[in-house]
Amino acid sequence: MTEELDAGVVAQQIAESGQLSEPDSTREVGKARRRKEDARLLAGRTTWTDNIQLPGLLHVAFKRSPMAHARIVGVDVSAARDMPGVVAVFSGQDVADEQGSLPCAWPVTEDIVIPDHPPMAVREVRYPGEAVACVVATDRYLAADALDAIDVDYEPLPPVLDMAEALTEASPKVHESGNRAFTWTFAQGDIDAAFRDAPVLIDRTYVQQRLIPTAMEPRAVAATTDGESFTLWSSTQIPHVLRVMLALTTGIPEHRLRVVAPDVGGGFGSKLQVTAEEVLCLLLTRRLGKPVKWTESRSEGNLTVHHGRDQVQHIALAAEADGRVRGVKVELLADMGAYLMLVTPGVPLLGAFMFNGIYKMDAYSFDCTGVFTTKMPTDAYRGAGRPEATYAIERVMDELAAELNLDPIEVRRRNWIRHEEFPYTTIAGLTYDSGNYEAATEKALSLFGYDKLRAEQSDRRDRGDPVQLGIGVSTYTEMCGLAPSRVLGSLSYGAGGWEHGSVRMLPTGKVEVVTGTSPHGQGHETAWSQIVADSLGVPFDDIAVVHGDTAISHKGMDTYGSRSLVVGGMAVLRACEKVKEKARRLAAHTLECSPDDLEFSQGAFKVKGTESSKTIQELALAAFAAHDLPEGVEPRLDADATFDPENFSFPHGTHLCAIEVDTETGMARIRKYVAVDDVGHVINPLIVEGQVHGGLAQGIAQALYEEAVHDAEGNLLTTTMADYLIPTAADLPDFVTDRTESPATSNPLGVKGVGEAGTIASTPAVVNAVVDALRPHGVHDIQMPCTPERIWRAIR
Amino acid sequence: MPRIAVTVDGIRYEEDVEPRLLLVHLLRDRLGKTGTPVGCDTSNCGACTVMLDGKSVKSCSVLAVQADGSDVVTIEGLATAGTMHPMQRAFHEEHALQCGYCTPGMVMAAIDLLREDPDPSEETIRHGLEGNLCRCTGYCNIVRAVRRGAQSMGQAVTTP
Ligand code: FES
Ligand code: FES
Repeated sequence: MTEELDAGVVAQQIAESGQLSEPDSTREVGKARRRKEDARLLAGRTTWTDNIQLPGLLHVAFKRSPMAHARIVGVDVSAARDMPGVVAVFSGQDVADEQGSLPCAWPVTEDIVIPDHPPMAVREVRYPGEAVACVVATDRYLAADALDAIDVDYEPLPPVLDMAEALTEASPKVHESGNRAFTWTFAQGDIDAAFRDAPVLIDRTYVQQRLIPTAMEPRAVAATTDGESFTLWSSTQIPHVLRVMLALTTGIPEHRLRVVAPDVGGGFGSKLQVTAEEVLCLLLTRRLGKPVKWTESRSEGNLTVHHGRDQVQHIALAAEADGRVRGVKVELLADMGAYLMLVTPGVPLLGAFMFNGIYKMDAYSFDCTGVFTTKMPTDAYRGAGRPEATYAIERVMDELAAELNLDPIEVRRRNWIRHEEFPYTTIAGLTYDSGNYEAATEKALSLFGYDKLRAEQSDRRDRGDPVQLGIGVSTYTEMCGLAPSRVLGSLSYGAGGWEHGSVRMLPTGKVEVVTGTSPHGQGHETAWSQIVADSLGVPFDDIAVVHGDTAISHKGMDTYGSRSLVVGGMAVLRACEKVKEKARRLAAHTLECSPDDLEFSQGAFKVKGTESSKTIQELALAAFAAHDLPEGVEPRLDADATFDPENFSFPHGTHLCAIEVDTETGMARIRKYVAVDDVGHVINPLIVEGQVHGGLAQGIAQALYEEAVHDAEGNLLTTTMADYLIPTAADLPDFVTDRTESPATSNPLGVKGVGEAGTIASTPAVVNAVVDALRPHGVHDIQMPCTPERIWRAIR
Repeated sequence: MPRIAVTVDGIRYEEDVEPRLLLVHLLRDRLGKTGTPVGCDTSNCGACTVMLDGKSVKSCSVLAVQADGSDVVTIEGLATAGTMHPMQRAFHEEHALQCGYCTPGMVMAAIDLLREDPDPSEETIRHGLEGNLCRCTGYCNIVRAVRRGAQSMGQAVTTP
């Protein structure tokens, strides 16, 4: 790998877009910069939340329900209170008046049912692992010991596991109000006309299995108080949102609450949450006047970190005889689990506008019912709503191709938005600002060696080779860069989608950047430094990016939905522009010229046509000293900015997967995987490639390996890493990745976001490949994950 | 409570430990060696991997008492005189870490892998690291890093 992969190209384009100064070889944007974050992580000097030690720290452990659904008859904590090292034991009843209800910030309809969600169950448990009591002890082992001494008397209630059954009259109820949380619909165009006498009709049901996000760092929370103010550390993606929500939930005044996300070991949406444990740690430190810490075990996490996906998708597609799509009809059942958590009901809505994919059509309808079951609540998991939608449309496009005996690429070509048609307003009402599906597809086909692999496929078919070759394609797009605040408002979300950044030139000429995004592996410290270095003309190493602490980063909307660069990076760039504006006035004053006579290059303002100049570092010192500031200019060279995007961004790409399927054993092995993604301009190609790799692994894992399994009583069977199989290095191939670049037009950086692309694209590409391998056997679907057993059974 | 003596990253400690105390908790909670994280409770993830008398072990599956008299090297003890170990450097150069949570264990396991095969193929690396899970990177860059680390460690041995 070269140090400056693609350097220059992007730099030039960005410079041409007029936002950053002129191109030269010193440009940082576009360089494959090695990350600033790495040193502390590689040295083992990271601050994970569980590393935090405070004087007198007490350890918290939770007693959890062994049943999916039961009435709590009684909780006897007396024996546990007498155990060595135990400081306090509380049942849900003990904190009932104080604990409030965990928030749901996305009431998607007016009549949505948002059940009360006590952090510790008081009368009834509704999913396995729900907390019923907690122990606070001097040591984590002693806290765990005392859990065994808590006696909980349960009266079992029937579990509610299947969504369709849950909606019948006869079904037991998860909540008294019934099992329907909401129904949300959307329609555009004349759907009946589109389906009337359609020459081709495809009608399929796909199941998005339940997934467990499995960030490698288990959740952890620490909390302390001096009696007046509170500090909470949490392994969270959303310190800012969390602060607001915890203040509302616990009654601790917002201005007395500081939330810190230290280094966070992955999230993938699972740490985009306000959790019972966060609320309870605050209450415990308030009650006991001592610092407390809780760290989950992996088995506890598999049970009680919110789960992902879990939808039954009914999708119907009407097309002309030549393969042109007339319309798409979608009916979804989305498993909410037992309660609505932070954005639980909003997840399927994020997919609602994506079932049309990159295709043109006359009509579209979407109908989604959120259903309560006695399972862990679902919520955001990498892609949140968009992988589900992309899966359904990309699977069904392959079915259309098979029906018409067309190449799957050809059927897509006949339907996709041509590059000269951008900007294009889709049937779902989104305006895709830019893209080039032809270019990405061409590049992918040639990297893949498509024709050659197709030839091999037909050869194997002819020979009746027991190992068949399947080729899967997915031409995806996604709505990213969450999100224009006004759109979120129109979808009833409780907050906005803006982001904040501060850029402070310090007296010594160094730069401190404060971002409202909250990275947990994405490399913001590096990428933001590259943006700032170019904008201000200061050395990359002179820039520090700080984040994740509400006492330092006052405003922010945090990190999820591939939003950080598109929204947060833009806020940082805007703040740089303000800093430069101020510096220009200062320079003009010092150099005794008009601001218009100054040109800015490589970190210095120069009077045009002369040699007299001032560096931005000199100006920072002058602004600090403040001995001679122009009228109306305040001391210090710094600025704040917020950015609220006017549109989503729409990364897209073409992924191709070749898979070998052993028809005798059912084993599927990925032979080649090519991903060509268009994420707009690229700040750091190294980071982008890494994001794609990781995304691919997670999407492939859904296709082939992962599933949260419950038994008939509703117990989760996949509570450990031995049962819930996230892929190892040996399960995955090397990936071939490349890019095309159609800059986003909705932000001046031209960036689109990359965090979710790989996950969204890869699941349908892999399953399409498996099904493609088996079409001669009459197979047209295999339920995910496509395990050897399922493949083997499908053939028989 | 048994008393054990253990050397960790070059420093000798004597500690009274409960027989059930895991080595990883001795390191993290008692000795402040928080560079070694915990990712699971079933010895599946490898995040806690350290060197015990020169061989990699998952420190969540070793009792502290079993380490009595042993020499433990954690990620914190890899660098010498402020210079990163070639494998740490290789992980940095190949962008083989994102959140970094799996990284300490991954680096230790990679170094151990090279004890048996100083010039491993991609296949060998992928199978050799099967006991270490990473959720962020998709492993491509980890494989590249191990190859790069192997090369520079090989050079370090051959160059006097
Ligand atoms: S923590 Fe030791 S293997 Fe997971
Ligand atoms: S880098 Fe995050 S788990 Fe490996």
